[in-house]
Amino acid sequence: MKKLLFITMSGLLLGAWGCKKDSEFLDIPPIQIVPNEVAFSDPALVLSILGDLYNRQVDFTSLDGYSDGTPGWRTFTDFSESFPSENGSNYIVQRTGWGYGEWATWDYAYIRDLNLFIQRDSAATQLTESDKSRFLAEARFLRANYYFELVKRMGGVPLITNPLQYDYKGDATSLQVPRAKESEVYDFIISEAEAIKDKLPADANVKSRASKAAALAMEARAALYAASIAKYGANTPQVSLPGGEVGIPATMANGYYTTALKAAQEIINGNAGPYQLYKVLPDLSDNFAAIFLDKSSVNQESIFIEDFKVGGRTHGFTVNDQPFSISDENGSSDAGRLNPSLNLVQSFERLDNTYVPIQTTDVSGNPVYYADQLDAFAARDARLAGTVLLPNGLFKGKRVDIWAGYQLADGSIISSDNYVNQKPLPGTTNPVQVVGSDGTVNGLEARSQSGFYIRKYLDPTIGSGRRGRGSEVAFIRYRYAEVLLNAAEAAFELGQPAVAAGYMNQVRARAGLTTPLAVTDITFDRIVHERRVELAFEGHILFDMKRWRIAHIVWDGTPMTKADLVSNIGKATKRNTQPWGLWSYKYYNPGNPNNGKWIFKEVLPAVVTGANRFQFGNYYSTINDNIRAANPKIVRQPNQ
Amino acid sequence: MKIRYYYIVLITLSIAVISCKKDNYDAPSSTLKGRLVYKGDSIGVERDQVPYELYQYGFGKVGAIASSFAQDGSYSALLFDGDYKLIIPGGQGPFMWKQTATGAPDSLAITLKGSQTLDLEVTPFYMIRNPQITGSAGSVSASFKVEKIVTDSVNQKDIERVSLYINKTQFVSGGDNIAAIDLGGADIADPNNITLNVTVPAIVPTQNYVFGRIGVKIAGVEDMIFSPVQKIQF
Repeated sequence: MKKLLFITMSGLLLGAWGCKKDSEFLDIPPIQIVPNEVAFSDPALVLSILGDLYNRQVDFTSLDGYSDGTPGWRTFTDFSESFPSENGSNYIVQRTGWGYGEWATWDYAYIRDLNLFIQRDSAATQLTESDKSRFLAEARFLRANYYFELVKRMGGVPLITNPLQYDYKGDATSLQVPRAKESEVYDFIISEAEAIKDKLPADANVKSRASKAAALAMEARAALYAASIAKYGANTPQVSLPGGEVGIPATMANGYYTTALKAAQEIINGNAGPYQLYKVLPDLSDNFAAIFLDKSSVNQESIFIEDFKVGGRTHGFTVNDQPFSISDENGSSDAGRLNPSLNLVQSFERLDNTYVPIQTTDVSGNPVYYADQLDAFAARDARLAGTVLLPNGLFKGKRVDIWAGYQLADGSIISSDNYVNQKPLPGTTNPVQVVGSDGTVNGLEARSQSGFYIRKYLDPTIGSGRRGRGSEVAFIRYRYAEVLLNAAEAAFELGQPAVAAGYMNQVRARAGLTTPLAVTDITFDRIVHERRVELAFEGHILFDMKRWRIAHIVWDGTPMTKADLVSNIGKATKRNTQPWGLWSYKYYNPGNPNNGKWIFKEVLPAVVTGANRFQFGNYYSTINDNIRAANPKIVRQPNQ
Repeated sequence: MKIRYYYIVLITLSIAVISCKKDNYDAPSSTLKGRLVYKGDSIGVERDQVPYELYQYGFGKVGAIASSFAQDGSYSALLFDGDYKLIIPGGQGPFMWKQTATGAPDSLAITLKGSQTLDLEVTPFYMIRNPQITGSAGSVSASFKVEKIVTDSVNQKDIERVSLYINKTQFVSGGDNIAAIDLGGADIADPNNITLNVTVPAIVPTQNYVFGRIGVKIAGVEDMIFSPVQKIQF
């Protein structure tokens, strides 16, 4: 009986299992893929897809580095604005120029994913209309922003705005799209920004997602780039292609400048939210540094940021660049890598709006003695101490210890290769420290070799310098001060220097330069200089020099002498091919009134053997052979 | 476990038999070499700065065999026999290379069958004639003549500057030098008779010779044209 029951039950069970139709047998919904209809039915799911697209944005400088393994700090070096104090990166100051392929990007997989997102979001039926249009606008913003990145580096590129489909018939010519004109790509970015700006929130607290101000800031910057390529491209007629893929006709300059000014003014007038310059802390240098540290709603200067969070995604910028003597990773080589150069430091003006090199000698050539190292940098633009950690500067409540040795009365120097190797001073037997624990020693990595450390983005939070934790300081892609400078430049080029002076003086007053520039003071050199000091280490210098077509003059491959270094400060076309340092020495001469005071010397770090040379072929990065072989309609870049 | 040696022998033998196939291609053995010349006179350039590209069609994707000219304007490439096309990419070199109607560099067809010497005839904007470089321990002086070759109003270019470079090693150019002296194009009184003097700095370790070279920078052209390198013994 029991047996019979068993057999019957088994039979029934088998029947129930086996009775699926043959045609449905393999028709099982996949469990590892979310189908489009499902994904685009729930705003949380759509946001997670969008999150991936946000993550894949390409920045020229990036706190967490590139996916190819380039660490974040290294993306901020180069161009003689800084010195890399890490032996594996010495090549940056030892090469004599850049390969034509440097800075290239060609991520059409990303564009395809954006196009697919736009197509699917447009077809979604179960999202609310407001969600749907915001997501759509965000994806269009990201696409325009990536096309901006492409056109900055490559010139005109194929404009693909729909996901292309291959028909598997063996003929791919329908997918081979030629390069658009450079101006057409800029026009696309501008028209996209105009189309989406009102679909994005006009809210100053939306920072890590696209907002109305982000779209307008992108539009202003893009239009300004296009305008200056049109205007200054006339100086380099050889950097152009007959089809317009590279180069913009000079006649279009005014139109673009007008667009740039209009877009920037829309933000300045408050149409996109209450943005303003960050003026919170009483010390102007601390205040300037805090723009990059403060992520609260108090910061109404940052417009669009790449955000980080402890426990999720952090970056190692502070780990790599913290002062060696104040490091959270005690004694390791994870410290002090990014050293700003004297070239940059001396270009910060004095508070009376004059350009003066750091005084190391008086008129008769004798050294100037300073009681405090910081005195050498006194009465300068507050952005200097906000951007650069100066010798004896404060970080996390401690003073950095940067000095190169003792100088004796006879001019000889007592120093050592590391601060732990002590030596006695003349007339004494007790060994003492004869070089700073933060440098400067040639070739000693992780300590300053230029005499300076970076302060911008350096996170004073406890633990931010530990490898395991990292820092959550955000990278600001667009901020209000840049919008003001963009507006100033556009206004200047449109023959409205009074408007330009008004915007520039706002930015300068925040940095302590309270004597306003007169209308007649506004020149091309002034504009170039203001961007260099305000936006240092924010990924602008290369593209600015490119669009003004002065990169090949500034980086001409000729080594710099000390006379080159200290002359013509504030001139746009000043040679800037090698990062110089400023080393300080403690004067040892017991009985002399200057005993124990500091002297400074301009020094070219011994590691610097190359001189940057920017060739005409560097203006637009190579489109490599693979891309051109796959699509013969792509024309080559000029001069390479 | 009993080890069966004949398996080992068998496997070794079969590996040996399979791998002992001869390479199916010989290494490239034909040398293509030559110089940049203008009417028989060779043209000096900066080392590794003026590229040329060789293309061979018919093998999948098209990509260049890219290389660059040496200081004396010579080039050489070790290649398989076959049909090649040679170009000098646009905007490279202190000379004009023939262009197609659309402005792309025109290609030079080369049929390679055994080694071949092929001088590339180009039209430089200027030529340096009669370069004389002499020196003593303190200074090096050069005298030369600059001859304008391209004179038609469309393509002619002005001289931006003439320079005298000296270096410790035989590589001498704007990027490789221990001392240089420039003379702006506007300051040249007589292009038929230019003299330049450069002071020789202290050389560590001491050596009683330097290498010198005259360069002409042409306005709007990136690469300079150079005279041959001369060794100057003090």
